[in-house]
Amino acid sequence: MSTRYLPYILILPVTIFLCVFFLYPFVLVAQQAFWSDTGFTLDNFRKVVGHWKFPISLKNTLLLAAAVVPIQLALALLMATMVNNMGRGRDLVLYVWTIPLGISDLAAGIIWLAIFDQSGFLNSMMSGLGLIDRPMNLLSYQSPGLVFLAIMLAEIWRATAIMLVILVAGIGLIPKEYYEAAEVFGASPWKRFTRITLPLLRPSLSTALVLRVILAFEVFAVVQALGGTLFPVLMGETYNYQFELLNGRSAAAVALIILAISIAATLVILRVLRVPKGATI
Amino acid sequence: MTAVTTDTAGDTRRAGRYVYLASVTLLCAWVLVPLYFLLINTLSSPEAVNAFPKSFIPEFDLGSLTFFANFAGMLSALKNSILVAGVTMILSITISAPAGYALSRFDFPGKELFRLLILLTRAFPLPLLALPLAVMFIRTGLDDTVLGLALVHTTLAIPFAVLITFSLFSGIPVELEEAAWTLGCTRLTAFTKVVLPLILPGITASAIFAFVISWNEVFAAAVLTIENRTLTAFLLQNLDTSPLHLKFAGGFILVVPALIFIFAVRKYLFAMWGIANR
Repeated sequence: MSTRYLPYILILPVTIFLCVFFLYPFVLVAQQAFWSDTGFTLDNFRKVVGHWKFPISLKNTLLLAAAVVPIQLALALLMATMVNNMGRGRDLVLYVWTIPLGISDLAAGIIWLAIFDQSGFLNSMMSGLGLIDRPMNLLSYQSPGLVFLAIMLAEIWRATAIMLVILVAGIGLIPKEYYEAAEVFGASPWKRFTRITLPLLRPSLSTALVLRVILAFEVFAVVQALGGTLFPVLMGETYNYQFELLNGRSAAAVALIILAISIAATLVILRVLRVPKGATI
Repeated sequence: MTAVTTDTAGDTRRAGRYVYLASVTLLCAWVLVPLYFLLINTLSSPEAVNAFPKSFIPEFDLGSLTFFANFAGMLSALKNSILVAGVTMILSITISAPAGYALSRFDFPGKELFRLLILLTRAFPLPLLALPLAVMFIRTGLDDTVLGLALVHTTLAIPFAVLITFSLFSGIPVELEEAAWTLGCTRLTAFTKVVLPLILPGITASAIFAFVISWNEVFAAAVLTIENRTLTAFLLQNLDTSPLHLKFAGGFILVVPALIFIFAVRKYLFAMWGIANR
């Protein structure tokens, strides 16, 4: 076997697999959304966008992403810098902080349900402190703010770890000499963070943000567990079209809208955080 | 005078140290306390789970877990979850590891295009693929089977598996292999006798990672299975109707393997991102 063809033989399985289960389904989903029996059509999109629930789900999805992602970015940066300076106990702390990485969104929703439920721990705590006489129904249509807060907390709790992992790996690649030089010239810790860490961390920041933002637009199970129908999101609408209404074409249309938002967000992040050519470490 | 200044500097440093330790502890508590609450609920009797106010200490009653085990369809859902995750694990490693090796050892025309394809899969909301695949699977008879769902989950796991194996192989000097060739090994035997033993722990970690991805996936599982539901799909489907203690016990069962797996792969969690980003 010649070495020339070997790499192609090695990548062949992945390529075939991704063509069949990644590229081809995209063609299919576009076909489902854009073509009807009579040919090209935008009817599916018109119907889906015109539905009364669509603006709410779109608003909820975007609002949740806008509220959650910046907090997670700040938190992940803080945790990553803290871990970076840590001596003893670093492994243990890192393990604890990355636990949520392995926890599914459904489980995270259920965990926070244990806290926010009517007979849950938040109510128990408040009644223990004498703040309330009897348990309040925190997750009801009367308190949309609390439902939003619960979902927000669950999302922050669950998905900060993925950003943390990427940022910790990125910070590890920044040469220590830069910091030593900065210290010699009397740069404060904050200056070192903004002038060395942040600029050199740009590739990791963009990876972390792209992954996280896409996951934020896919938010589904956490919302189902905590809000149910109180807080409609786009992914939940796709699910409803597919299952409750058995309307594959509409489901495909919503899926393509989520996809379009994700691609737009990815392009913006890559553009804003791009690294000039030749400026890598 | 100087003594005073150094003293205040020392005080600030000590204060800073306390703030630092307090924040680390606080952030650890932020992760662990909700998990502890879930543990309390799981280890309490169904009556205690639904009672108010809650005790903050578990009563070590297995009532909720027994209820979970006896709930119709739950055990078979658990079995399906394990099967799907197992098949995903095997598929994604056997498919991805050769590609990771090719990326780390060869420069070939089209390499950048291939890398782009891998990165692209990471940048798309993949569970959405389940929708068109549902139609395709009905045509091919793969609908509602363990294999069908495992194929979709493998797509989810492939980008990670390729990246991890790529960084693993990159960490093994090519000189080791070359030395083996000069000592009479072929490319294949050099790989199996020299590279493979060195890489095995890392491969295991990346297999475990694939397992967790599949184990946790909700959307595709819910769309693609009807009779043979996985645990996540089963819990999701019964969210409205199932009693609290069932939800919490189910959530607990979902969390336990994750805790073990993250512990097992913690060393490799960081290795893959360091190289993948550049």
